[in-house]
Amino acid sequence: MKLRLPFAPLVALRFLREGRMQTLLILAGTTGGVAVIVFLTQLITQLQAQIVDRVLGSQAHVVIRPTEEANRRAIDDQGFASLVEPRAQRLRSVDQWESIARLAAGMEGVTAVSPVVTGPAFAVRGQANKSVALMGVDAERYRRIVRMEEYMVAGRFAVDGTRAVIGSELAKDLGIRLEDKLRVALPNGRDEQLQVGGIFDIGNKDLNRRWVFVTLPLAQSLLDLPGGVSNLDLTVADIFDAQAVADRLRGATGLTVDSWMQTNAQLLAALRNQTVSNNLIRSFVVIIVALGIASVLVVSVVQKQKEIGILRAMGASRSMILQVFLIQGAVVGAVGSLFGSLLAFTLLNVFSSIYRNADGSPLFAAELEPRFILMAALVATLVGLASALIPARRAARMDPVQAIRS
Amino acid sequence: MSTPTIAPVIELAGLTKAYNIGTPVETEVLHGIDLSLAEGEFAALIGPSGSGKSTLLNIIGLLERPTGGRLSIGGRDTASLSEAEITQLRGRSIGFVFQFHHLLPAFTALENVMMPTIIARGAADDEAETMALALLDAVGLKAHAHKKPSQLSGGQQQRVAIARALGLKPRLILADEPTGNLDTHTADDIFALLREFNRQTRCACLIVTHDPRLAERCDRIVRLVDGHIAGSV
Ligand SMILES: Nc1ncnc2c1ncn2[C@@H]1O[C@H](COP(=O)(O)OP(=O)(O)OP(=O)(O)O)[C@@H](O)[C@H]1O
Ligand SMILES: [Mg+2]
Repeated sequence: MKLRLPFAPLVALRFLREGRMQTLLILAGTTGGVAVIVFLTQLITQLQAQIVDRVLGSQAHVVIRPTEEANRRAIDDQGFASLVEPRAQRLRSVDQWESIARLAAGMEGVTAVSPVVTGPAFAVRGQANKSVALMGVDAERYRRIVRMEEYMVAGRFAVDGTRAVIGSELAKDLGIRLEDKLRVALPNGRDEQLQVGGIFDIGNKDLNRRWVFVTLPLAQSLLDLPGGVSNLDLTVADIFDAQAVADRLRGATGLTVDSWMQTNAQLLAALRNQTVSNNLIRSFVVIIVALGIASVLVVSVVQKQKEIGILRAMGASRSMILQVFLIQGAVVGAVGSLFGSLLAFTLLNVFSSIYRNADGSPLFAAELEPRFILMAALVATLVGLASALIPARRAARMDPVQAIRS
Repeated sequence: MSTPTIAPVIELAGLTKAYNIGTPVETEVLHGIDLSLAEGEFAALIGPSGSGKSTLLNIIGLLERPTGGRLSIGGRDTASLSEAEITQLRGRSIGFVFQFHHLLPAFTALENVMMPTIIARGAADDEAETMALALLDAVGLKAHAHKKPSQLSGGQQQRVAIARALGLKPRLILADEPTGNLDTHTADDIFALLREFNRQTRCACLIVTHDPRLAERCDRIVRLVDGHIAGSV
């Protein structure tokens, strides 16, 4: 059984095959355009995801804190204004944090809640003395906020009794190894002998130097915050939904609730600007490709004037002629997107082997998500169709007699 | 003895055609043509250059619409037909042969012959291919079925064009100077082919020619002068 194409695709493909040079040119243009778009999109998506991932790797999506104590101007009975000095920065607990944690956990979009008690302390070993941040956590719950187990370079991320987890910089500064002892001293005069059960490297020197994880009760007693917590850390399902979740929580609790999007507003703005300029580039490329396809097809319609007249004389309707040229546009778009995706994949491979991180690992993965290829194919086919619209309508409207008479 | 009353294949009454209507250069090319052609009739259309032969043929072939008068094909008045109906009627019941064959250069001889069927049916099928091969055989080109028009001589191209015109067994064949650019010998061959198909299928034929020798061999000669029928023998 022979493959017998219906009229419109049959003639469209034959016309494309016949106009070899033109077809090659528009295919090359479309391929290049699709490659640029797919390459840029994949690259920027990956890099942005990496940046966000890195930022959120050591940070809660949403943090609930006690209401800030702000400076207030108090006006006394005589009308004299006096500045009320802020109270000394004293650690305060989130009021009724257990019920607030339950409320947060029940909120749509929230996937994890972890209470944290944090306050300043000194890590002391021999003569050395370092300023650190004591972090009282429930290791099991905190892991769902920051994936600490992924950053461990020694031991495990587990706190229990006086067992603690510290960062690699602090360990280096104080010459501490696993199972070594470490003393923490607090401004209030309390102190405690800890045993290091784990060392992490979170990819941030400052945090590697400052964070000292202990159990929640130990931190509470050392920091004079019995039964209290200084903040609740939250993880949300969709990271870009964090602000909305924070707003809802603030409304429901009246507490200070910040999302990572607020804390990193500048980074987000930069990412958004990058996305906008990427969209701009993509739009221009789409327009240029569309103009390329359209102009080549317009020329082709003029060249094929005689053939169109013959086909019409043999009974081909206007809509059949219209289809012939629309299909040419769609085929160019579809085939161009296929070649373009291949080219983009090659480019990604080449560039990922050229551009590397400081540690030698590739800056981005040379992979192409199938959904990008599908999307490129869909968009390119639609753009091809749309660009063929004007030439196709011209072809359909052509007077068959004129073609035949000449 | 009674003559059966069959509707003529084409019937023109007071048909006019003007170009550039409403402009200062408006010109009437055909001034009230009355003409009818019966089934199986084989007629020559002759006349000086510019007399309107091609115009008349294109109008009968539904490629152009007349300005006035009536044109019926197979007893159907074409004035009331829509663009789509006109296109369909043209494809199914009229076969064209042009002076410059007008084959599609991108397709083989066989595909060119099948094209009217592909258009009418949406796609080729085995029956259409068998039929097209038989037609190519009949015009003596079976061996050239898979050649492109550019690989064929002028006479061969014109024979492919005739095979194409006959593909859908049209009731009317319109040929505009089908032998115009061929040598006498080849012209005779082509003419003989048309004549033979006319005898076999009883289709009506209207053939524009400048060759009085060929016109003489038709059943009937219609003479057009300045957009008028000057004589019909
Ligand atoms: N589209 C048009 N616009 C204006 N005038 C036209 C048009 N088409 C044809 N004509 C005029 O109509 C007249 C008849 O032309 P037509 O082509 O029918 O002549 P013909 O008898 O076929 O001539 P020939 O023997 O040279 O082929 C000519 O004067 C021509 O200039
Ligand atoms: Mg003519």
